[in-house]
Amino acid sequence: MKLHEYQSKRVFAQYGVPIPNGEVASTPAEARAIAEKIGKPVVIKSQVLVGGRGKAGGIKLARTPDEAEEVAGQILGMDIKGLTVEKVLVDAAADIRSEIYLGAVLDRDARRVAIMASSEGGVEIEEVAAQTPEKIITVHVHPLLGMQGFQARQLAYGIGLPKKHISAFTKIAQSLYRSFVECDASLAEINPLVINGDNQLEAVDGKILIDDSALPRQKELAAMRDPDEDSPTETEAREAGLSYIDLDGEIGCMVNGAGLAMATMDIIKLYGGNPANFLDIGGGAGAEKVMAALRIILQDSGVKAVLINIFGGITRCDEVANGIVEAINSLHVKVPIVVRMVGVNEDEGRQILADSNLPSANRLSEAVQMAVAAAKGEPA
Amino acid sequence: MSILVDNNTRLLVQGITGSQGAFHAQQMIQYGTNVVAGAVPGRGGQWAVGNTPVFDTVHEAVATTDANTTIIFVPAAFAVDALLEAADAGIDLIVCITENIPALDMARARSFLDSTESLLIGPNCPGLISPGTSKVGIMAGHIHTPGNVGIVSRSGTLTYEVIYALTARGIGQSTAVGIGGDPIKGLNFLDVLQMFEQDSGTEQVVLIGEIGGADEQIAADYIRTEMSKPVTAFIAGQTAPPGKRMGHAGAIISGGEGTAAEKIEALQSAGVAIARHPEEIAELAAQNI
Repeated sequence: MKLHEYQSKRVFAQYGVPIPNGEVASTPAEARAIAEKIGKPVVIKSQVLVGGRGKAGGIKLARTPDEAEEVAGQILGMDIKGLTVEKVLVDAAADIRSEIYLGAVLDRDARRVAIMASSEGGVEIEEVAAQTPEKIITVHVHPLLGMQGFQARQLAYGIGLPKKHISAFTKIAQSLYRSFVECDASLAEINPLVINGDNQLEAVDGKILIDDSALPRQKELAAMRDPDEDSPTETEAREAGLSYIDLDGEIGCMVNGAGLAMATMDIIKLYGGNPANFLDIGGGAGAEKVMAALRIILQDSGVKAVLINIFGGITRCDEVANGIVEAINSLHVKVPIVVRMVGVNEDEGRQILADSNLPSANRLSEAVQMAVAAAKGEPA
Repeated sequence: MSILVDNNTRLLVQGITGSQGAFHAQQMIQYGTNVVAGAVPGRGGQWAVGNTPVFDTVHEAVATTDANTTIIFVPAAFAVDALLEAADAGIDLIVCITENIPALDMARARSFLDSTESLLIGPNCPGLISPGTSKVGIMAGHIHTPGNVGIVSRSGTLTYEVIYALTARGIGQSTAVGIGGDPIKGLNFLDVLQMFEQDSGTEQVVLIGEIGGADEQIAADYIRTEMSKPVTAFIAGQTAPPGKRMGHAGAIISGGEGTAAEKIEALQSAGVAIARHPEEIAELAAQNI
């Protein structure tokens, strides 16, 4: 789950990271009031969960409260990469002398949290990694010891930070690590961390991703979820306990297991079709979940055929077949459906489908070819 | 012959009184696995799944029954505690089926496990099976057949698909290991490939990978430099949209994006035959016999 910039910076501030004076506004009038309170030039920053806000015109300077109101009016309601701006952050504008990158990420190969710093802040870190990788300094934190002072100093000296800032930077890096661990983050970034006009360090932009598996114990953070992070369909799927990702193709897919779902998409492509979605119904799905899945797939008007691929184990083929038949009867399905099911109770499942005149295939490649042909309007 | 589990496996089931634990304990017993005990705090002294004794602690279970392997079916909030308890009790092989364990919990647990003799498989995995002798997992036993193809996979149902195709062609398996798809886990491809290379009952290996991380690339290095047995692979997620799972900073650390194309290239350059779809694995494996 992603946090907005303003949410991320508030979290960092709770751990002692200095952030600019600022508040969130949903209307131009609110933006004006905040700018008046701050009493100096402000930056109006759109709060949407995509990168490249600045380039899209979603971050602008305002010198006066009048200007703040005007600029907020332009940015609120703006469309940035398909997302509508509902909120802006009104921050005191920092007089930026230099920009640093500081980030924490779970490194799966090292099995530790990696803390990275770079003197090249303010640009995307992958750009730095591609062009000047020597400018990224990385330390790995032992999970049972936590981040040590010497590690923070390694980063500070490694990026050539002036002496005056070493101690403040060390505190900020350790705060970042503590916030990462206590929030169950998978990514926490301060970019840029600036040296401002008062010669102090300040976190001007921030980003946190939370490990979805930890949301049950991170209730406060879970409550910050922006429903716009996912499409309405993806939200509906998540609430139904399904894992769904919207794609652009014409063949709707319903599969049990993420690996098999990805493989099914790959085979569709191999035989000349395009998957309309990724959908994993998980293990042990019953008729109800199958119905919800089919309803979600069919909401996509681009779907010309549906392929259902079930390898029964914990998931029973007869349960799935019952769900398919019920869904077809209640949803008035107009597109062809191809079912392939193997495994626990496959004979019972196939019988249920045959009784409803639904074609089913034994082999996966055969089922995929049937679905691709059906989506093109060719007879199966 | 096989790796990790065989006729000497004495299995403990942690969470044997839960619905998943009870169901799969029953399935494993039916397959012929030697299930010697269950462990559930507060249920010590009871009997579960027919005549399996239940203990309050793993230590008691081990002391009484000489269990050497455990399979964990407890909910995510308690699973790390369960696997640390198993390691502390000296269990040789810990198989954790539980999914949705927070990654940082696994980072801490793995750090401790590395200081013990215990091996971990999973979490978020289907377990493993040596067909004909021992099943320590949730896979359907009947699709497997004994033989000499070793299988290692990050996926569950996709592995069943491959095994189904192998069995249909009359190609048996020595051991099939599902290592799970979590970012931080126990055994990875490299560890299991090393075991298959040493195992006299395994003549060739099938590797089933997917997008994300660099485990397949690390495996490719080992295959190129150390491995004598032929390897066939399939990588799922060639058409998956980028960036849906993980922020980009993780990819930088792994030295790449972890795409299917990258993994396929690394494996191909190590002499691995790449299948375009799961059924093709069986055709490619047949050529190695």
